[in-house]
Parts: sequence; structure tokens; C-alpha cells
Amino acid sequence: MALRKPALLRSPLRRADYLTAILFLAPSLIVFGVFVYYALGFNLYLSFTSWNFLSSTKTFIGLENYQRMIADPRFWKVIVNTFYFSIATVAFSLLFGLVLALILNQKMSGRGLLRVIFFSPYITTTSALALLWIWIFDPNYGLMNYALQLVGIGGPRWLTSTTWAMPALIIMTVWKTSGYAMVIFLAGLTNIPHELREAAQIDGAGPWATLWKITLPLLSPTTFFILFTLLISAFQTFDQVAVMTAGGPINATNVLNYYIYEQAFINYKAGYAASLAVVFFLILLGLTILQLRASRRWVYQP
Amino acid sequence: MRQSISKKAVIMRRQHIGTIIRIISFALIVVLAVVVAIPFLWMISTSLKPDLRAVFQFPPQWIPHPPAWDNYLKAWNSAPFNRYLMNSVIVSVSTVVFEVINACLAAYVFSKIRFPGRDLLFLLFLAVMMVPSQVIVVPNYIILSKLGWIDTYWALIVPFVASAYGTFMIRQAFLDVPDDLVDAARVDGASHFTILRYVMIPLSRPMILTFALLNFNWRWNDYFWTLIMTNSDTMRTLPVGVIAMQAGAEGGTNWHYMMAAAVIVILPVLVLFAMTQRYFVEGISHTGLKGV
Repeated sequence: MALRKPALLRSPLRRADYLTAILFLAPSLIVFGVFVYYALGFNLYLSFTSWNFLSSTKTFIGLENYQRMIADPRFWKVIVNTFYFSIATVAFSLLFGLVLALILNQKMSGRGLLRVIFFSPYITTTSALALLWIWIFDPNYGLMNYALQLVGIGGPRWLTSTTWAMPALIIMTVWKTSGYAMVIFLAGLTNIPHELREAAQIDGAGPWATLWKITLPLLSPTTFFILFTLLISAFQTFDQVAVMTAGGPINATNVLNYYIYEQAFINYKAGYAASLAVVFFLILLGLTILQLRASRRWVYQP
Repeated sequence: MRQSISKKAVIMRRQHIGTIIRIISFALIVVLAVVVAIPFLWMISTSLKPDLRAVFQFPPQWIPHPPAWDNYLKAWNSAPFNRYLMNSVIVSVSTVVFEVINACLAAYVFSKIRFPGRDLLFLLFLAVMMVPSQVIVVPNYIILSKLGWIDTYWALIVPFVASAYGTFMIRQAFLDVPDDLVDAARVDGASHFTILRYVMIPLSRPMILTFALLNFNWRWNDYFWTLIMTNSDTMRTLPVGVIAMQAGAEGGTNWHYMMAAAVIVILPVLVLFAMTQRYFVEGISHTGLKGV
């Protein structure tokens, strides 16, 4: 991507190229300019104000929103919830995705159908699935407590219990995202040269040793990729929280993205919501940078 | 001699272990598939129950007798589903069409036209990928209401017609097209647009189709943005409409109608996925899809 010298612009063809480039980029640049870059700056400005979306003036209050945030026990509860939810869903999705991929990587009949079954929750509409899971977690007539009863366990009152609402959301989300992890693990597995595993087996390594000494280490770049993409999307979870629990009961499932929505569009605190969004953005940015760093370090070079 | 026999025995035992592992893992995967499929089956089962008494029957009866197919008609008529469906189609299709056009135009510039400042512009595009729409929803709500676009199609379409992610994906495909081909066409007098239209796009069709499908799926399933940017029933899409229907139900949820409605919402996605599975899976394995 070596840059040509600007002097070349003087030739008519180059000037035409330049004009075409600007013309082709214009729609995207306008959209990004307004709805991403201007919006980011506007958001930062809003975070220093107190405003209810309606009054004609925004009161500039400096860092007060951020000070309030630090003193807000609900904010810390929300942060803890967000990490609890994200770490748990990512850990289980990774584990299930890996197991599914390791099994489906072998030759077997019906592999295509099985792959479709595991992957379909991931691509279907979350809000509609969240409705389904409200019904599944119904304490009296739902499928979950029926299944637990079959093995002799009295199920909890899932979505209305401060203890069990979060695990319920985690179960639903793991069900939804394991297929994603599986698909990417499968892609990673096909990149591992078959000869490596065969060579290990000829040298006397059993299936267990091959898995731990060959397959998993070579899969590590894939694992890191899935880990971070899942973590970033888990932090942004909104739909199932909004539909299944609305952050409740008593904020037991209130996560950062839902809290921002609640502050902005239910309590009309635009300034405070904007300051929360700044923190949210910084967390996601940190994760993305960490991912880029990690992937550079972990990319497997054959 | 003795050594070779024992070696043979080891190999045979290992083959035995291999077969056992294979059987166990097949059994495990079938069990897991059933566990993953059961929520869907439960949804369909409930959607076909004749009345609430059958819905709340405990232990549940999996195959309703007789199946109440007209629940689907009743669910469809209990809320303006015609309108929801139309809105979903209008919003997703137009977003994806404009998004693909813009991404192709930008990808062409970033792969085939050289000019000073290009790398900086490309960096500005890449940086957009680090800003999820959730983070900037408050200012965007204000911007869109200043434009008078809240509760219109514009609010659901315009902010999404450019895609950094799509530009990046399609650029990867365009980079594979030899520069010589483009230069030769330029010398012959073809305009950049002609080259894009008749050379680049036809040669990169699989990647463009993959991107279009992933984004159609993503826009179709959107709940968050549509919930915030619309407030009247006539502007709702299927994912938001079905939740409004549940919230509007008085005195307990009619789960048989609700599940019928939920099936209606997810069916188009599942059919599309079944038909284009290969593109979906390949696209996601290459790039990773945003959002859950």
C-alpha cells in the first residue's frame, strides 16, 4: 500500500481517480461521520451534562455524572452482574462449542444435520426465543422444572428469584451461543494438518494425549478469537434481559447495556446514561485492543 | 518376534479404544442435539395446544390431540402481524441493498484506487468496527429526533446503510482480483464504476452474498435499535411486535398463541438459514459475526 507522491495528482487521470474515490466513499463517510464519529463526540459532551431529553437547555455539570456513578451502588451491582453473566456464558459456550466441534470433526453420518441443529439457536431472533424461554422457565408449568422434577429435584422460581434469574439467562444464552463457538472451532480444526495428529499417534500418543498435546495447543488462536468475540458480544447483551427479566428482580439481572437503556429511555437521564455509555465504550475498547494484542501473539504460523 | 506381537496387540487395543470413543461420542452428540432441539419442539408443541387447559396440563402432553393449527391464524390476527412483517421486510431488505452497494464502492476504493490519504481514511473505517451501536444509542436518538426521523423507516435504515465490517470483508475479496486486470480495463477506457460493476462484483459474488446474508439476518433479528427508535404499532418489526403482543396480553399469557407467534417470527430466519447454510457457516467462520 505504498502511497504515490501527491505530485502525481497533477496528471488528469490521477485527479479523476481522486474524484472517483471521494464520490465512492461519500455515502459511507457521511453515515459514519454523523452516526458514529459525531455521535461519539456528542455522547462525550452529554456525559458532562444533566438533561432529560425535553428541556431546552442542557445543564453543564462537569464530572458530576462520573462522581455519581462511582457512588451509585446500583452501578457497581450492574458491573458485577455484567461480568458474572459474561464470564459464565463465555466459559460454558466455549466448553460446549469445543466438545461439539471435536466430536463433529470426525467422520459420521448425519453430521450436516447435527451442525444445523446446534447452530440454529444462534441465528434465530433473540426476542422471540426469549419469549420461549420465559415459558420454559415458568415455575409451575414450564419445561425446565418438569425436567428437574423427573429426576427428583424441585425447581426454583427461576425468573422471579434473585438467585436463579441470572443462571436462567445464562442457560438461555449458552444454548444460543454454543453453536457459534462450535462453527469457529470446526473451522480452526480443519486448519490443523492431519499429519501432525497421525504422526503423534504413530509415536505412541493415545487419543487423550493427542488432544492435550497437539489439538488444543494448535487450536489456541481459534480459542482466543472465540473467547474475545463472545466476551465482547456478551457485554452487549440486551434482548434477552429486556424481554425475560427487565433487569429484575431487584436488579439481579441488570447488566450494563440494559442499565444504560433504563437510565436513558425509562428514567430520561440522558447525561447519566451517556456517562455510563462512555465507561461501556472504554471496557469494550480495552477488550478489543487486548484481542488484537493476543491474536498477534497467538497466531499459529505453519 | 515377541516385540512385534506385543506391538500388534497395542495397535489392536488402540483401535478398540478408538471404536469405543467413537461410539461414546456419537451417543453424546445425539443426546446434546436432543437437548438443544427440545426448546424448539416445546415451542411447536405448545403452539398447537387447543386451549389453556391443555397448555397448563401437568405433566405435559408433547403431541397435542388434535393439533390446533388455527392457533397460527388466531395469533396472526391478534396483532397487526401483516404490518410487522411488511416493516421487517422493508427495513431489512433496503438496509442490506444500500449497505452492500456502499460497501462495494468503498471496498473498491480501498483495494484498487491509490491516492494520498487513503490509509488514513481506511483507518477511520476500521475504527468504526470498534464502536458498537449500543454505545452510541443515546446521542443517535437525539440526532434522529432532530432530523424528525424517530418512528419512521429512516431511523431504522439510514444509520445502517454503511458498513465498516462489510467494506473490510468485500475488500478482502477485491484484493484477490489482479491489479493488472483493472489497469488493462482502465487503459481500454473503462470507468471505475464499469470495472466495479462488470469485473469486481461478479468475481467476488460469494463473499458479497455471504456478507448480505449475515447482515440481513442481523437486521431482521434486531430488537434493541427498533425498540428505541420507534414507538407506534405501525412502525414495529416482527421481533419488537411479538414482544408488544405479549406485553399487551391481559390477565396472564396465552402461551399457545404466544408460541404460535414466536414460531411465525423465527420461521423466515430458519428457512433462509436452511437454504443458505453453507454461506452462513463459511461467512461466520471467516469473520466472526457481531452481536448475539
